[in-house]
Amino acid sequence: MHRAFCWLLAAFLALAAPSAFSANLGAADLAPLVRGLGAGSYADTEKALAGLAETGDPAVVPVIEALQAGDLHIRKADGAVVVAKRAGNGYALTDPLTGAALGEADRNAVEKIRINNALRRTISATLGALTLMSPDANTRRQAAEAVFKSRDANALDALNMALAKETDERVRRAMTQARASVLLAGDASDADKIAAVDVLKERGDQDALALLNGTANSVSNGGSDAVKDAATKAIASVEQRLALWGAAQNLWYGLSLGSVLLLAAIGLAVTFGVMGVINMAHGEMVMIGAYATFLVQEAFRQWAPGLFDFSILVALPVAFLVSGAVGVAIERSVIRWLYGRPLETLLATWGLSLALQQAVRSIFGPTNREVGAPSWMSGAFELGGLTITYGRLWIVVFAFLVFGALLVALRKTWFGLSIRAVTQNRSMANAMGIRTARVDALTFGLGSGIAGLAGVALSQIDNVSPNLGQGYIIDSFMVVVFGGVGNLWGTLVGALALGGVNKFLEPYAGAVLGKILVLIFIILFIQRRPRGLFALKGRAVEA
Amino acid sequence: MLKTGFQSGFKTGRTLAAAAGLAVTFAAGFAAPASAQDTIKVGILHSLSGTMAISETTLKDVMLMLIEEQNKKGGVLGKKLEPVVVDPASNWPLFAEKARELISKDKVAAVFGCWTSVSRKSVLPVFEELNSVLFYPVQYEGEESSRNVFYTGAAPNQQAIPAVDYLAEKEGVQRWVLAGTDYVYPRTTNKILETYLKSKGVKSEDIMINYTPFGHADWQNIVADIKKFGSAGKKTAVVSTINGDANVPFYKELGNQGVKAQDIPVVAFSVGEEELAGIDTKPLVGHLAAWNYFMSVDTAENSDFIKKWQAFTKNDKRVTNDPMEAHYIGFNMWVKAVEKAGTVDSNAVIDSLVGVSVPNLTGGYSAMLPNHHITKPVLIGEVQENGQFETVSKTPGLVVGDEWSDFLPDSKDLISDWRAPLSCGNFNVKTGKCGGKGS
Repeated sequence: MHRAFCWLLAAFLALAAPSAFSANLGAADLAPLVRGLGAGSYADTEKALAGLAETGDPAVVPVIEALQAGDLHIRKADGAVVVAKRAGNGYALTDPLTGAALGEADRNAVEKIRINNALRRTISATLGALTLMSPDANTRRQAAEAVFKSRDANALDALNMALAKETDERVRRAMTQARASVLLAGDASDADKIAAVDVLKERGDQDALALLNGTANSVSNGGSDAVKDAATKAIASVEQRLALWGAAQNLWYGLSLGSVLLLAAIGLAVTFGVMGVINMAHGEMVMIGAYATFLVQEAFRQWAPGLFDFSILVALPVAFLVSGAVGVAIERSVIRWLYGRPLETLLATWGLSLALQQAVRSIFGPTNREVGAPSWMSGAFELGGLTITYGRLWIVVFAFLVFGALLVALRKTWFGLSIRAVTQNRSMANAMGIRTARVDALTFGLGSGIAGLAGVALSQIDNVSPNLGQGYIIDSFMVVVFGGVGNLWGTLVGALALGGVNKFLEPYAGAVLGKILVLIFIILFIQRRPRGLFALKGRAVEA
Repeated sequence: MLKTGFQSGFKTGRTLAAAAGLAVTFAAGFAAPASAQDTIKVGILHSLSGTMAISETTLKDVMLMLIEEQNKKGGVLGKKLEPVVVDPASNWPLFAEKARELISKDKVAAVFGCWTSVSRKSVLPVFEELNSVLFYPVQYEGEESSRNVFYTGAAPNQQAIPAVDYLAEKEGVQRWVLAGTDYVYPRTTNKILETYLKSKGVKSEDIMINYTPFGHADWQNIVADIKKFGSAGKKTAVVSTINGDANVPFYKELGNQGVKAQDIPVVAFSVGEEELAGIDTKPLVGHLAAWNYFMSVDTAENSDFIKKWQAFTKNDKRVTNDPMEAHYIGFNMWVKAVEKAGTVDSNAVIDSLVGVSVPNLTGGYSAMLPNHHITKPVLIGEVQENGQFETVSKTPGLVVGDEWSDFLPDSKDLISDWRAPLSCGNFNVKTGKCGGKGS
């Protein structure tokens, strides 16, 4: 289908604008050039690529795309360049130009044509110039972006032609910007250049700023004063805009870090905040959740690779149950003997955390495990001047969902009521027929299960290794203590505040000093308000 | 005695099989129960638990494999080798304690171990005091030379400087981000690189230095800063000395924010095949690493080594990496030196080690220099989709390890030569005296 399009397009272009391309060669004439791609060194490949690009023939596009994707191979028997795709144990070969099937080959019979960074750059620039006329609007837009980056003066004719025919508004804008970038890099008239500066000012992002900076500082390529003036003014306006967006971006980073802290701490807010158990093994519950995610994903890879995108959703209940069950087991076996003895609890749970780490290390090995991101969680999108990654966005949403669910569970359910009853007055609750020991175990299980949920989210942004939990335990305690022990809202505010302060300090103080400053701030704060931001009042505190 | 060694080995499940295999080898080797004098003990001092276990466990396994191989060939000086494994648990003072235990109690002939510089610094006085031999297999910051330590990893001039040269020449990089974890190796390396870059005419506003704590997980704004720094109109690259666990979130963030290698390449000195095993490498294709060995190197020695390693670990997906090659070289050097000296006595072995030359895995020979560093080729590789590195550049010859950097004011006049007449680790060529800065 795609090839047919290319041919149609080639024919159309040959009729419509013969002057645009130096020559339209047939497949037979392109063949030696294609063969040159496999000549040996990177430099040879680059030279052959330049030759292919020079033909301007759309027929070479699939060849270059195959090179970019790493499908282009050399057949060792005769040195022919072929497209080889995995088929069973070997490769299915096709001719890169005609698409004709060339049979199958053993894995050792072909050798991949390797590309390095320099070649990758040339490829995207070349493809950009060649695919400006593609029937697909998205491809055209990407092509325009590629030209914008490559600033290739040879693409200008093709760009002008494409621009004249373009109807899609977004693609048009991208092409106009690409044209401006090419014009600024080459030798155009002052009027053209000033117009180009305006276009870039409109775009107003980092890339535009880079180009404008180049223009304002250019002495070598004969930049006139008028152009430089325009560029300098445009720079000031773009910088102002970027500074504003930069502040918004910092806010977002703060929110995102805050949500991670919230996720990590919220389980602790239940076990430490509500039950008063200093649980040093909390981080390991997070780690177990992450490993549960890994196992679920492995199962998906094994049996249902097509449904991989849903693996995270399945991992959520699994992680909750696994971590929760481990939590209940810990409570039943260790912690229930230690209620009211905080120091011993601390030491026992710390020992448990080491034991759990080493257990996981023995079972899964000390190296990181790969947890993949589903397609809806990878990549980023632009919102004005903000770059927001999907992964982080979902984690923010997820953190608030978990927080809301926990709040409802504690306030509106019978289980939540029992928890609150037991924490407020154990003997009274006991007298009312609540099985306090059972409630203790389930509460601890709930806190651990939530930590497991955090593990699912953290597996997306951090290492899945036995040490995963260690990195979060200190932060979690800080959040809970800062927010006020026993108060879920305090945990929410504490997490967001610490995240925000951290991200606000980082650009000025650096990551290391920023962390130290936050710690000092918390110490001073706890001196003033020992019970945290939102102190509980009443009998529960004295108990 | 044999038990102490294996007990800690049993701590990890994976070693169980290996240790059992070794036990069988021993049983086969000695018809009658062997007394301690019939074996030569080799100490293995790598963390099997704690943060560094992620990297060091592999090195313990590779040492067990090398010792097993050597025993199959008949051991050394007609005696079998006996590995003594201890677990310093990523705890720096414990490294010193365990080293002392290995040398004084177990009477090992040599120790292979340590990963972080701080662990090496912690055991250094022990080795000097008890006059034993340590083989240190990891790339490090230099600025050290001890009579009792043999550095088989890369010195900065065998990794960092060639990598920067490659970027400047082949990729035309003019702006540099030096990003590292906040401890001695990145700080020293970056100091060396900064001086080097400035000597090449790079202006200070074109260098951005950033440090992050160990295990830093939130890279959002640092990656954004790098993007911003990279859009100043000059080709930009990141030189990463980020260590350990922080790498995975760093690379994930790079991938998510769309920092492509063709725009802003990242060259790393502490990321190898093992570290990449935990990441989806598709968005990272083209980012670089500089090492003296890649698993993808196509030589007969290497494919043989990989085959043995995967057979030994009973896992055909296990990867190999640079510090493993360093142990391979170091161990073979030690064997050769012991055979040359005819004894395992430390003084004799230390003297006979200098000048020993053994094959490395990249198709050449590595020799032990008088400064106790070795000669190695430097390879630059690009990350591929399958988590391997593809060599894009290799130094034409071997690079001589330079322990005292020429780019630091404190050390540029110092040399180290442990051969007989000079026998000094910090000889100042200006003053002609031994003893410049620390050891």
